[in-house]
Amino acid sequence: MAGPGDYFALLKPRVMSLVIFTALVGMLVAPGKLDFFLGAVSLLAIAVGAGASGALNMWWDADIDAVMSRTIKRPIPAGRVPRAEAAAFGGFLSVLSVALLGLASNYLAAGLLAFTIFFYVVIYSMWLKRATPQNIVIGGAAGALPPVVGWAAATGTAPFEAWLLFTIIFLWTPPHFWALALYKRGDYERAGIPMMPVIKGEASTRRQIFAYALILGAVGVTPYFMGMAGLFYLAISAILGVGFIALSWSVLTAKPDDYGPAKKLFGFSILYLFALFAALLVETIVKMGAGLYV
Amino acid sequence: MSDDNVEPHAPRALTPEEKKQRNRRNLAVALALGAFILTVFLVTIMRIGGAVADRPF
Repeated sequence: MAGPGDYFALLKPRVMSLVIFTALVGMLVAPGKLDFFLGAVSLLAIAVGAGASGALNMWWDADIDAVMSRTIKRPIPAGRVPRAEAAAFGGFLSVLSVALLGLASNYLAAGLLAFTIFFYVVIYSMWLKRATPQNIVIGGAAGALPPVVGWAAATGTAPFEAWLLFTIIFLWTPPHFWALALYKRGDYERAGIPMMPVIKGEASTRRQIFAYALILGAVGVTPYFMGMAGLFYLAISAILGVGFIALSWSVLTAKPDDYGPAKKLFGFSILYLFALFAALLVETIVKMGAGLYV
Repeated sequence: MSDDNVEPHAPRALTPEEKKQRNRRNLAVALALGAFILTVFLVTIMRIGGAVADRPF
């Protein structure tokens, strides 16, 4: 019988932590002032909404999860949680999280959260994932929306700056997942998922990773030039952007059976995204501190 | 066709470990529900604030 830990695992806590972090940055970088308690509740609602979409994804993809080494121990394929319970759990939490966000902040943020859940579950999981090698490119929009939701929660608007944060995560998603797909290709093949290396081959995937890395490296520094970030962010994003491009180059030039660079790039990509948003957060906190004491 | 003659199955007795898991799950649901109710209450009070009585009856 499933315990509370199994239901928590359905929420994909690791993905949820990245969503919480990027939404928090969107919320704090935004110029609006949100009460601390209402901000915390909004963040909780965004986190629960992300978790709910994770549970619905596990419900829909239980057949795929059962044949992939990375996901075989998840609560449904492991037989600890029945599929129908995961669906009910995810559906219930989706409604609750959107309602709570609407109550704590505004209807734009709630609508964006509802759209994020819809996009991840219906557009990505149910449709694109099994249909096209562009699955994670288009589906990446769901993972890129949390900072926009956070921004909307704080201000009631979703301006260009919020969509710039969206763009950074959106461009980061393909090289991140394709690096993983390169060395987990067999898993995806067995599960019948048309990931880029399975459909277009590894050489094409490596070229596309490098192309995305070049664009990401350039877009990564633009918050500074848009006046959203300071020199600290510029330095971090420039250094790590060069690192991202260099690692992608080593993926591109690696021998066909050498997956070391792809594994390195996958790990580095997580650090890259975390560091960029952390730099924005640090600068914002410093500004807030200066505002308090000046 | 009638199922009148079919003996109902007695539910399988839960093992002590399963009972423990069920209790933990029930406790988690109760705590989550309580926390949600308290959160909605506090958010409502904060959003409406002192204007809670400023409405036509």
